[in-house]
Amino acid sequence: MSEVKAPAARRQKQAIGEGPLTRAALLGVALVFLGLMLIAPLLVVFVEAFSRGFGVYIDALAMPDTMSALQLTLLVAAIAVPANLVFGVAAAWAIAKFDFKGKSFLLTLIDLPFAVSPVVSGLVFVLLFGANSALGPVLDDMGIKILFAVPGIVIATIFITFPFIARELIPLMQQQGSSEEEAAVSLGAGGWRTFFLVTLPNVKWGLLYGVLLCNARAMGEFGAVSVVSGHIRGMTNTLPLHIEILYNDNKAAAAFAVASLLAMLALITLAVKTLLEARFAGSLAAQRRH
Amino acid sequence: MQVRAENISKNYASMAALDDVSLTVQSGELVALLGPSGSGKTTLLRTIAGLETPDSGVVYFNDRDAAESRIQDRGVGFVFQHYALFKHMRVMDNIAFGLRARRKNKPKEADIKNKVMELLDLVQLSGLEKRFPSQLSGGQRQRVALARALAIEPSVLLLDEPFGALDARVRKDLRRWLREIHERTGHTTLFVTHDQEEALELADRVVVMSKGKIEQSATPDEIYDTPATPFVFSFIGESSVIPVVVGNGRATLDERLIDLQVGNLPDGPAQLFLRPEDVAMVTDGGPGIPGLVVSTRRIGGNRRVTMECGLARHRIEFDAPAEVPIANSQRLQVRIIGGRVYGAGEEGYETEKLAASATSDFKWAKAEGWLDR
Ligand SMILES: Nc1ncnc2c1ncn2[C@@H]1O[C@H](COP(=O)(O)OP(=O)(O)O)[C@@H](O)[C@H]1O
Ligand SMILES: [Mg+2]
Repeated sequence: MSEVKAPAARRQKQAIGEGPLTRAALLGVALVFLGLMLIAPLLVVFVEAFSRGFGVYIDALAMPDTMSALQLTLLVAAIAVPANLVFGVAAAWAIAKFDFKGKSFLLTLIDLPFAVSPVVSGLVFVLLFGANSALGPVLDDMGIKILFAVPGIVIATIFITFPFIARELIPLMQQQGSSEEEAAVSLGAGGWRTFFLVTLPNVKWGLLYGVLLCNARAMGEFGAVSVVSGHIRGMTNTLPLHIEILYNDNKAAAAFAVASLLAMLALITLAVKTLLEARFAGSLAAQRRH
Repeated sequence: MQVRAENISKNYASMAALDDVSLTVQSGELVALLGPSGSGKTTLLRTIAGLETPDSGVVYFNDRDAAESRIQDRGVGFVFQHYALFKHMRVMDNIAFGLRARRKNKPKEADIKNKVMELLDLVQLSGLEKRFPSQLSGGQRQRVALARALAIEPSVLLLDEPFGALDARVRKDLRRWLREIHERTGHTTLFVTHDQEEALELADRVVVMSKGKIEQSATPDEIYDTPATPFVFSFIGESSVIPVVVGNGRATLDERLIDLQVGNLPDGPAQLFLRPEDVAMVTDGGPGIPGLVVSTRRIGGNRRVTMECGLARHRIEFDAPAEVPIANSQRLQVRIIGGRVYGAGEEGYETEKLAASATSDFKWAKAEGWLDR
């Protein structure tokens, strides 16, 4: 491949002034770093998972606690992702298509979960819903349990994963402007019809991509969930929390077996994302041609 | 449907995009909104469509306040400057969109199909119904946009620079074709353009805008022959401007009388606006304004001559027959046989033709004594 690119490389050398040695060194550093920091850990997960044999691996996965953690993780993702789909689309729509006061403030607010450490986010919810808060006793009287229960985990996960979909959609919607929507409205289409027939199809690939990222994070979130969950085995443990408990119990092989589940999920997400990106790039290019 | 905009004002961040604009488009009329970029044409069009809310003023559709109905119910066919076709829909679905969106008496799918085919035929795009917008040329997209707007049988058709993004040839064809469609369908039509040729050729009436105000609203002939303001004069067609002095109902250039009625302008400095045909070369040795040829260029069968005249070396342009040889730096006499004089306070439209002649390659020395003839 380097032979094919030779003429271009020579031109580049002139333009940037880097010798082939420098380039090889830079590439080497990048590859070593990538291998050490990304690929090696991923391999270790799978190697460790099978270190005690296939039987132990299957046993670890079939454990009731693992099963309930998996169920909880899926349940949380199944609530958090659709919720953020609605919130994210609404926020992106409002920001990209309308002018209003406090717009830049709203944009900053959307980034808040990215900026704040997840542990802090978790603590915020403890302060908000805990026994010592103003809300705590009220909720208690009504018999609603949020902290150390599924609702708390869901709320923390929604908070942490909120930016993914909105952030994906805002630049896309802004780039597309509102003229297609205006055309639809002037042709007699109502708000919903315009949204589902015009706005949504124009952002569908970006939306799908955002949903994937949101889902990956919802299933993998540790910090915030750890603070609000209370670590009740078989009740409020999600997969990441379950892995930590197994590891702390000196059940490394089992911990890695469960971890391999999450890792596979991540790999599938990445694969789908890559496929989408190829597709996405094509449709974006077509729009630009238009 | 008659459309009436009354006293519309619209401000953007303290800048007035529309300043107390009133405009009426009679039923079945084809009106052009003409003005330079930024004069508020798009804003006015969007306000009529309901896509923009005016700060003050009312839009009436047949004496009914349009603000009382939703945009969806105004029945406005809007053709956007950049078409705004639905990218992910085929041509046929683009055109059918408005019919399918109808709540009351929504036509049957078979009728929609027929209507779409009819419209495709009208805009001469039969056979392309399965294409996506990205697979069409600019002119074809424009026609899809028009068919889509016509599909809802609009009470008014609004077009924003419909041919703005197309090349000159396609523009000319589409222009003629739009006129034909208008004659066939009879829609009340208002279209925006910054191209005066397009406006004069196509429209029943031309409304000239500048800086958020209407300068003149008249037939193409009146706009060309009796421009109401210096702006309209200089925006329409070719023009030269020279400062003159008005006294006793007569205009003089460097104390030389110009044989022009100036109406009831007050005495004092004024501006004489000339079109090329308002200036004739003196060939019989009679009296005239002397000048020096700066440049010449061929325009069709004529030669367009740029000449500097008067003490301040004002540039004027006129046409001479191509067979008369005229060289640069040649001295000539011209006679002013037309043109209009406007008071000095009124503003014209800045073009490079009006640029000060200080940058010219005029050789003053060569003109020694030329005022004495
Ligand atoms: N959304 C907007 N925000 C701020 N200024 C605007 C907006 N739309 C138009 N303007 C301003 O209003 C003036 C008129 O614009 P427009 O109606 O688009 O002019 P035209 O169509 O004649 O070129 C311009 O000076 C433009 O900058
Ligand atoms: Mg415009």
